Amino acid sequence: MGLFSFLKEKFSHKDKSSDSILTYDKGLKKAKKAFTDKINDISKDDSIPSNYFDKLEEILIEADVGITLTTEIINNLAKTIRENKIKTLHEANEALVSEMFKDYMKEENIVNDITFKESPTVLLVVGVNGVGKTTSIAKLANRYLKMNKTVMLAAADTFRAGAIEQLKEWGNRLKIEVVTGAVNSDPASVAYLAAKKAKEQKVDLLIVDTAGRLQTKTNLMNELSKISRVISKEIPNAPHETFLILDATTGQNGVIQAKAFNEATKITGAVITKMDGTSKGGILLAIRHDLNIPVRFIGLGETLDDLKEFDINLYLHGLCVEE
Amino acid sequence: MAFEALTDKFSSIIKRLKGETYLTEKNMDEMLKSIRLALLDADVNYKVVKEFVNNVKEKAVGQEVYKKVNPSQMITKIVHDELVTLLGSTDSEIKYPTTRPIIIMLVGLQGTGKTTTAGKITKYLQEKLHKKTILAACDIYRPAAIDQLEQIAKQVNATFFSLGKENPVTIAKKAKELAFNEHYDALILDTAGRLQIDEALMDELKNIKAEVSPDEILLLVDAASGQDAINVALTFNEKLGLTGCIMSKLDGDARGGASLSIRHLTNVPIKFVGVGEKLNDLDAFHPNRMADRILGMGDVVTLVEKVKDEIDEKAMAKETEKMMSGSFTLDDMLHQMKQVKRLGSISSILKMIPGMPKITDEQKEKAEQEMKNFEVIINSMTREERMHPEILKNSRKIRIAKGSGKTSYDINRVLKKYEQMKEVTKRMKDYKKNGGRGLPPGMNFPGTM
Repeated sequence: MGLFSFLKEKFSHKDKSSDSILTYDKGLKKAKKAFTDKINDISKDDSIPSNYFDKLEEILIEADVGITLTTEIINNLAKTIRENKIKTLHEANEALVSEMFKDYMKEENIVNDITFKESPTVLLVVGVNGVGKTTSIAKLANRYLKMNKTVMLAAADTFRAGAIEQLKEWGNRLKIEVVTGAVNSDPASVAYLAAKKAKEQKVDLLIVDTAGRLQTKTNLMNELSKISRVISKEIPNAPHETFLILDATTGQNGVIQAKAFNEATKITGAVITKMDGTSKGGILLAIRHDLNIPVRFIGLGETLDDLKEFDINLYLHGLCVEE
Repeated sequence: MAFEALTDKFSSIIKRLKGETYLTEKNMDEMLKSIRLALLDADVNYKVVKEFVNNVKEKAVGQEVYKKVNPSQMITKIVHDELVTLLGSTDSEIKYPTTRPIIIMLVGLQGTGKTTTAGKITKYLQEKLHKKTILAACDIYRPAAIDQLEQIAKQVNATFFSLGKENPVTIAKKAKELAFNEHYDALILDTAGRLQIDEALMDELKNIKAEVSPDEILLLVDAASGQDAINVALTFNEKLGLTGCIMSKLDGDARGGASLSIRHLTNVPIKFVGVGEKLNDLDAFHPNRMADRILGMGDVVTLVEKVKDEIDEKAMAKETEKMMSGSFTLDDMLHQMKQVKRLGSISSILKMIPGMPKITDEQKEKAEQEMKNFEVIINSMTREERMHPEILKNSRKIRIAKGSGKTSYDINRVLKKYEQMKEVTKRMKDYKKNGGRGLPPGMNFPGTM
């Protein structure tokens, strides 16, 4: 069975109104239009035209897959088409999608959700400026509150104007405690204080917000390692998770960002935000392929419930499957 | 491979072409292929890249290039010039009306830096141009966006205007009334981030525009944006009629290829660039610098021109001869160092060399300091000592140390460097024998060898 029919089959038995399928399908509507519709329109009669690979190159690059990975995907695809004597566009495109997402599909039953082995579990959230760290934190907090976990937030972005207020406002809306320090105080001290409080109050999850920083600023990157160290002094093994927030509209610099952050403080997963725009989020492939950083969550809309655990099958269903 | 700086790629292309006297169809194709890769890695739009590469090809395949002695420099120049043309050859500045306040509206996707940039422009208007400015908070959606703007307004001593979560169109209208009635010079509207496909929010911007008729509608674009940046710009431009773009976060290592795509496909000029987190980190846009950045080549063209102008080729040849014959003295070394110094500070030179952008400020300072030390020390020597450094024994060194205010350790460093430079003469002879051109290896900048 081809990939597309497999996905269609897999989700046809599930209740169509299931929250996750709907969110994925809705959030990826624009990406689908810009990717799947384009690869399906390469020929009108389901034949593979001679300019197929040129067209693919254009579509993949315009999806921010990056020239290096695009070339690799196309070379592998050409081999598959030759070896399997593929003759129709539909089958070729199916092979293309399998090739693109093979790094994600080779592992079965991956749990991308946070596992709560210890209390408190600490999640450190990092990223460059403007990717949506604070909003993602609110969405994650909301998610675990709904699972009846107790959640505390730490406002370790003491630099940006209004950052502390922003997190506090989320704290008010979600009715959870936000540990803060003074503006321009040492972020590590806020993190330490929060770790201590989280331990005392035995909360299940402490989420630490950090200031946006460009990966080229050495001092700020060192500050992240310090925050991480200071937390582990209070809670051994913490932070248990460090999520890098990546904006889906980011181009090739996203890989450089991921690499630099991973070197400064071990990244355990990425959260791709703003996938509901017209960007195709090709960066999701490159960070997995080049750095083996898995995407753990994906932001598919503006409401609190639109941040979903990353699920490759749901993702591909939303991106590729015709209803 | 995705991590390799473009710079490395570009340097290797140039290196490959160096030593080839003429451009052939074959090496030309390889060069263009590499340029294409460089541009795509910089996130320049696929279609723009295609057109660009064709343009360069057309210009380069002409006779004049084939006849040039150094084709790699010629290609560099063509690529660079073409990029500058595409980016807009003239700097476009904001024009201020004389009889009423100017109204500037900032728009863009979420997280592109609208609020911070609103603060930066205000600072620029208040402090540089002494314009009394109102900052109006029209972002009623993002939590604490109003607080953020208020804090920024306080930092730059501007008047802060907010009506809380009132309709943004009303806020803009009231802010405009205040600006006109109280004779302010400028009004800046900070709007909420939005997706260009969000009809309701795009309509809100259209309504603000209709209500207050801004003089400038500026789109914020993140330097790290990918291929989709062009669709964002096209839609914002179509709905609002943009007067310009501001590229933010250029202090990172993102190449900002989107600037090229936007300028080329929408004809909207880039007016400012954001180069840091502080409120004075806003620069006017320079097509030249942007072109260099997109190519990742440092200011290589400027370097080539500078080197040609400044270094007296004859004197250089004479020194080379001297070094070859083994009569290279400390005077010659100092002279060489001064030649290099005339090109500008070491750090500005290092910045211009492709493949070197990662040098830290600390390293740069060290190299510069070392050069200064060398000069002071050599100047404290007698003529004889400079001609025959081998006579420098302890007592002389102590005298020189006293005279120059340095230690004998510093003096030994100078002598060591001198020995190293003499040592390269051997290598240079081989180099010359093999028909090498350009700067001999002995001409490394002192302090960086």
